[in-house]
Amino acid sequence: MRDCIYLDNNATTRIDEEVVATMLPYLTTYYGNPSSMHKFGGQVSKAVKTAREQVASLLGANDSEIVFTSCGTEGDNAAIKAALLAQPNKRHLITTQVEHPAVLNPFKQLEKQGYTVTYLSVNSQGQLDLDELQASLTGNTALVSLMYANNETGVVFPVEQIGQMVKEYGAIFHVDAVQAVGKIPLNMKNSTVDLLALSGHKIHGPKGIGALYVRRGTKFRPFLVGGHQERGRRGGTENVPGIVALGKAAELACQHLPNIDQERKLRDRLEEGILSTIPHTVVNGHPTQRLPNTSNIGFKYIEGEAILLYLDRQGICASSGSACTSGSLEPSHVLGAMGLPYSVLHGSIRFSLSRYTTSTEIDRVLEVLPGIIDRLRALSPFNSDEAEWLQEQEQAVLAK
Amino acid sequence: MWEYTDTVMEFFYNPRNQGTITEKEEGEKIVTGEVGSIACGDALRLHLKIEEATQTIMDARFQTFGCASAIASSSALTELLKGKKVDEALRITNRDIAEFLGGLPEEKMHCSVMGAEALEAAIFNYKGIPVNNCEEDEGKIVCRCFAVSDTKIKRIIRENNLTSSEQVTNYIKAGGGCSSCLADIDDILAEVNQEKATTVEVAVEIDNVQLPSSSQPAKSLTNLQKITLIERVLEEEVKPVLAEDGGDIELYDVDGDRVQVILKGACSGCASSTQTLKVAIEARLQERVSPSLVVEEVR
Repeated sequence: MRDCIYLDNNATTRIDEEVVATMLPYLTTYYGNPSSMHKFGGQVSKAVKTAREQVASLLGANDSEIVFTSCGTEGDNAAIKAALLAQPNKRHLITTQVEHPAVLNPFKQLEKQGYTVTYLSVNSQGQLDLDELQASLTGNTALVSLMYANNETGVVFPVEQIGQMVKEYGAIFHVDAVQAVGKIPLNMKNSTVDLLALSGHKIHGPKGIGALYVRRGTKFRPFLVGGHQERGRRGGTENVPGIVALGKAAELACQHLPNIDQERKLRDRLEEGILSTIPHTVVNGHPTQRLPNTSNIGFKYIEGEAILLYLDRQGICASSGSACTSGSLEPSHVLGAMGLPYSVLHGSIRFSLSRYTTSTEIDRVLEVLPGIIDRLRALSPFNSDEAEWLQEQEQAVLAK
Repeated sequence: MWEYTDTVMEFFYNPRNQGTITEKEEGEKIVTGEVGSIACGDALRLHLKIEEATQTIMDARFQTFGCASAIASSSALTELLKGKKVDEALRITNRDIAEFLGGLPEEKMHCSVMGAEALEAAIFNYKGIPVNNCEEDEGKIVCRCFAVSDTKIKRIIRENNLTSSEQVTNYIKAGGGCSSCLADIDDILAEVNQEKATTVEVAVEIDNVQLPSSSQPAKSLTNLQKITLIERVLEEEVKPVLAEDGGDIELYDVDGDRVQVILKGACSGCASSTQTLKVAIEARLQERVSPSLVVEEVR
């Protein structure tokens, strides 16, 4: 599958060869424990320090504010737990309806433990209503946790504006920035964010490594309780090869950020090409308040898995929030929260680009996609919003 | 990534019989059956052309909104239907569709169920039976997310010998949304499987009833003798066992070697367990009356 056209970079990215080269010696030659007293371990400790600086630099943070984790999910869980332990008397939490399960499910669990959780809604373009946030905040709010950018639609939330409001109420502000890092310039120095999670494999690093930014002065309790590693903020011997790799990946992401417009141009060309050649097609999410690499497109009247498998046969990798792909029976909770009609909901496909995406690849997608959509629409009993059967059904759903 | 069989992929990438039927000859009727909805994520409209004199399905086509296995199941169904008599076609179950495709992932079995339901709807339409009068709608809704009734859940449990609520979700989606009805589905499973256990028990008991001393199959009986003997065996050896569990049996007709019976009370209603019971009664009659007898249930 080497020759596949990989447009599923919000799921995971191809590891950069420079990153692999940087991490390999730490799987072989430099296997020491960074906590050891001897020089052999000491040189490993130095590599971890360098990686910490590289990650801090990508975030505009201080080295001591970076805690290495095993993945984005761990970062999110650790942040939420730390925020609650720091303010044991506050029992209200705020998040959004469109979060990743790494945030949504911990909150559902906390609800069962007696916390009150507000799940902010989004409009049809995936944006928050800041008045709703304002109305939800109270002195009892311990934590506001939301994503910087949505993994499915790429919609970006106005994080700093939200942070200003959160700070007025003295709540802790956690941001899941797994999709935003490397695609949007971040600077924690002038930020209202207290805690921010990122993941290595979304920025051309390996899987199994991530980091949590913890603003200096934020009261923090470890999620993994153990040794003194990470200044007592995360027990467990460091994943040195992963950490070194994340450092390199962060450095490369920093270098690439000024060229991010290339991805945006390719993405826009893909989108315009699709919209102009394929009827009954819509872009999901706000047109501009969006990550430069993500395009979520609804192909009405056909089902996502079918589209993906026809694309796959042409060597094109994309993804969908379609229920039939995920093994669950409910379609994407993100598109659902946006209130999209079912004809769009089940037929939405996400294309997510990376710095490796080429113009030729986009051309190829534009060449084969119209045929695929045509073919599947020819099979479908629905072919327009006027179709009587479809109307009956959408109305039945509304009535429910 | 689902593990689809090669047949599923072949019928997905190169579906047979897609589209609608518009042209017909004199004496032919075109009917459709619709099932599913765009909200549920899959929908099928099945088109049949039936020659009325011979009750034969001359053509079958489909239009499907759904995933790979939904499209493949619909296409497989149309292949199974062509050339079949209407009554034969009604006997096609979701399992036949899945088997035709070399199996479906358990989570995708509901695609084959959709095929069987569209077929039923089409044939009901053909026979002029209002579809909303079928048993499904008399039940009470158990799964609100996908609007599935207890009657439908019971039927699918019986037809496919399901044992867990997870399987029920895979077959008809019930419980797959908010999952608040999973406990109810567990209760229904327990009820149906208890029913089934009782009927199987009865079948075993019929098998165990002591044969009277003169129990050799009689040779060369006249038709009247045969019917009388069948009546006596049912009366003396089968009925008492059924009665213990609140069931009953009535001899409806004997046509050659075909013994037509009506099952009543606790014995009726459950397809797979009735089958077990039928086999037991048949074995007994073959033993006592004539080895060539076949028992048929009349409803």
